[in-house]
Amino acid sequence: MPLTDSLRNDILAAVPSLRAFAISLSGNADRADDLVQETLLRALANIDSFQPGSNLPAWLFTILRNLFRSDYRKRRREVEDAEGNYAKTLKTQPSQNAHLEFEEFRTALEKLPQDQREALILVGASGFSYEDAASICGCAVGTIKSRVNRARSKLAALLYVDGAEDFGPDETIRAVIGGSGG
Amino acid sequence: MKDLKSQASRSTTPGKGGLTPEIQSRIGHQLRAMYDDVVRQGVPDRFAELIKKLDAPGATPQLGDEGGSNDNNNGRD
Repeated sequence: MPLTDSLRNDILAAVPSLRAFAISLSGNADRADDLVQETLLRALANIDSFQPGSNLPAWLFTILRNLFRSDYRKRRREVEDAEGNYAKTLKTQPSQNAHLEFEEFRTALEKLPQDQREALILVGASGFSYEDAASICGCAVGTIKSRVNRARSKLAALLYVDGAEDFGPDETIRAVIGGSGG
Repeated sequence: MKDLKSQASRSTTPGKGGLTPEIQSRIGHQLRAMYDDVVRQGVPDRFAELIKKLDAPGATPQLGDEGGSNDNNNGRD
């Protein structure tokens, strides 16, 4: 469809979420904004192929995800060349009010396999349905579900080191100590 | 104290994927907090301007190898 004012506004409205997705994927704010810019250029160049009434955010996310994927393959070689340097840039780009909590979480997220990370973000943060996430990633709905589950399990193992078993009792002890002190 | 106990046992009951609901919701909360931190930054000027510029009729974005050539052509007819 042609680029109408309302379509342009819809694209603009999707930008904050596209940026958040790009940063979660790449772990690097500068690179994320380059990805978003390229996504917008590509979307606008191919706007005729967008079906009116279909899911615009999903269409834009698909473009961004594919760009990241092809870029990722290139970067991987660079990482092997410049051992360590790239990994460092991932950690030195905290957002304005990133707290230690975010940093820990981000680091854990970086350790997930690509497939699992994107599935978890699309469903758990971007708010896409399993069906939309599956179409964005070009795979079956069941595959997305199992990737999300594996991503959650792995994050839990990374973040709550003592494992799921210890979490409940710990909380109870803390509650008891806190409760009897007053 | 009885209440605390029942709360604890509820939170340690594994849900889908062997995770407790407590941990699942904690992961979900942190994921969204991190994500929304970026979303709240809104649309950077750079992107607002890009979309505005490309909205002009006939201004189809060039997807060549270089993006810089557009600037040079601005003065010409």
